[in-house]
Amino acid sequence: MSLHNFVFGVYPYIALTVFLLGSLVRFEREQYSWKADSSQLLSKTGMRWASNLFHVGILAIFLGHAVGLLMPHAWFLALGVSDLAHQYTAIVAGSVFGLMCLIGGAILWVRRFFNQRVSAVSRGSDKFVLTWLLLTLLLGLTTIPFSLGHAAKQDASVMVALADWVQSIVYLHPNPALLANVDPIFKAHMFFGMTVFLVFPFTRLVHIWSAPLPYVVRAYQIVRSKRA
Amino acid sequence: MKVRAQFAFVFNLDKCIGCHTCSVTCKNVWSNRKGVEYAWFNNVESKPGIGYPKNWEDQEKWQGGWTLKNGKLELKAGGRLSKLANIFANPDMPQIDDYYEPFTYDYAHLQNAPLSEATPTARPRSLIDGSRMEKIHWGPNWEDDLAGEFEKRSQDTNFRQIEKEIYKQFEHTFHLYLPRICNHCINPACVASCPSGSLYKREEDGIVLVDQDKCRGWRMCVSACPYKKMYYNWESGKAEKCIGCFPRVESGLPTVCSESCVGRIRYNGIMLYDADRIEELASTQKEQDLYEAQCRIFLDPNDPEVIEAARRDGVPEDWLDAARKSPIWKMAMDWKIAFPLHPEFRTLPMVWYVPPLSPVQSQLDQGNLPLDADGCIPRADTLRMPLQYLANLLTAGDEKPIRSALNRMIAMRAYMRSQHVDGKTDTRALEAAGLTEDLAKEMYRYLAIANYEDRFVIPTGHEELRLDDAYGFQGQNGFTFGNDSSRGVSKITLFPSRRKDTHADAKKLAPLAEPNRD
Repeated sequence: MSLHNFVFGVYPYIALTVFLLGSLVRFEREQYSWKADSSQLLSKTGMRWASNLFHVGILAIFLGHAVGLLMPHAWFLALGVSDLAHQYTAIVAGSVFGLMCLIGGAILWVRRFFNQRVSAVSRGSDKFVLTWLLLTLLLGLTTIPFSLGHAAKQDASVMVALADWVQSIVYLHPNPALLANVDPIFKAHMFFGMTVFLVFPFTRLVHIWSAPLPYVVRAYQIVRSKRA
Repeated sequence: MKVRAQFAFVFNLDKCIGCHTCSVTCKNVWSNRKGVEYAWFNNVESKPGIGYPKNWEDQEKWQGGWTLKNGKLELKAGGRLSKLANIFANPDMPQIDDYYEPFTYDYAHLQNAPLSEATPTARPRSLIDGSRMEKIHWGPNWEDDLAGEFEKRSQDTNFRQIEKEIYKQFEHTFHLYLPRICNHCINPACVASCPSGSLYKREEDGIVLVDQDKCRGWRMCVSACPYKKMYYNWESGKAEKCIGCFPRVESGLPTVCSESCVGRIRYNGIMLYDADRIEELASTQKEQDLYEAQCRIFLDPNDPEVIEAARRDGVPEDWLDAARKSPIWKMAMDWKIAFPLHPEFRTLPMVWYVPPLSPVQSQLDQGNLPLDADGCIPRADTLRMPLQYLANLLTAGDEKPIRSALNRMIAMRAYMRSQHVDGKTDTRALEAAGLTEDLAKEMYRYLAIANYEDRFVIPTGHEELRLDDAYGFQGQNGFTFGNDSSRGVSKITLFPSRRKDTHADAKKLAPLAEPNRD
């Protein structure tokens, strides 16, 4: 098996399996370790800007990827979204939120490595995962000029191929051949992105699963009774 | 009416000597760990002062507790959506320096230092990053015994509506100790603000706890608690708080802070309250009425109607008994000498305080104080400590109940003094304060003698209500397979919790005891 086929035919399944099973086992067995792991108590300076920019940016990027890559091609056409419109939307949204995420993430990275307190209490995985996310983000932002080039030539075929490949993974018919003519920069971004899923259960990223949305509809007070 | 029992406290400030034994025992038992070195579930502050963390009482700064928005009760920092909008960076979160940077000393240097002219010293070192600290800036009782400049201490919000400049002068200075723990509120703002629902109030005894498994470290509780008694453990990333020493309390023992109190100022007991009226009473329009409102939420444990409702709502008989003998009920409701701390935060706190009389003997000897009926005890409103200050601390600024309480305490003293010093019973002061001799004697017994069995009336917990099979659980706590001791684990499990029971038949031979209903 070639490296290409391994990375885009097998690696996604390794990453997804570790991501799902790892999360499940950690939640089941080690809930005490399941947390956002905020360091705001130790250093508050700049956190309002940095943390909000980073989080809003990265969540928007994640949702953008999810919708843009997972929604079947036919649905977009049915909704009247042409491939070119899709491509430009992705470029604009990706640039805006990517930049937000980059600015916030860069401040957080400097804080994580050079704020004496925060650096001292950081685990290895904290520093690693933030660095890795930022590298993934930088690679993702670097693809934008390439996408712009495609769009200028009215050619959305790379974008469609990427989406088809993602869907081929999801439908359990992995088709690495779809990526044969894709620029290496996209492939690098994809490898880094899949690796985020691979390391996810072993880092603080697990707090994403726990987004406390049910709080919106919950009664304020909680009373627990011994009587089962 | 929905009757619930609450494990409650009274601290008699009149007798607190500021020895910090409570803080030290509590720290040694519960928070002597990495990540919570800075956290004192119990601390004693010197008032007037800004306290620990700095200015914790100033809710314009911290946005803690509840407020009325358009007449409706709402978290002061904002409702549910605002909590989620601020979840990435809590704007009201204190920084550790507001408490203090935890430190240790280079003790080893005292032994390892090479021979030198000067005596070696143990210098402080940060417990967070290990760096040298040249100067310590704050601590859990930095203003001990009025240490520091008046300018800084007088930022104390309890000075509002008071011409404070006069108290700068040495001759007019005044001072009291304020021991503080979690108030185990009836309307806790920490519980309400927890996005993951990990904080909860126990139905049986009202103790407020953090489910450590469910806490995700969103840290909204830290800013929401107006008493700043929620702490963020920077090592574990979870919220921690005073647990009301529930493992002791369940066994009928007082909390360690109460047990170890040298001045015998702490009282533990049960109060019954009406859970149906929480929101109504916490929404009382005028802040000065909140003390009275909280008194109205309590239910008289001698009232047959209340007893019947309590039985219906599952309050065990021995708890009703304890409620009838509760020292908290006596001081807060019968004698009206104990008050909640800052009722204007609207959390309905359950640690109440007997206000302090000020030391006055030298002033009396110099004839500086106007005296009361019996000619030897001064009038309450002429004491050193401004009534308004105590009122701002305990009744949202209403002086009347505080004056009445101080008068009662003074009258009790005058009465007992007449018996013990003059050898001649003088009831004039009692009559002026509206007390009977029996009541004064009982107050004397509880406040001055403060016997162990009067201070602590604590019914044991009813663990048999929790367990389907108490017999099977016997002797296993802490050594069970998996997470049996934790209550935050979901019912559906990935892994089987127990091996198949191989002697189920044998167990059938030992029938479970009937649940104790009377």
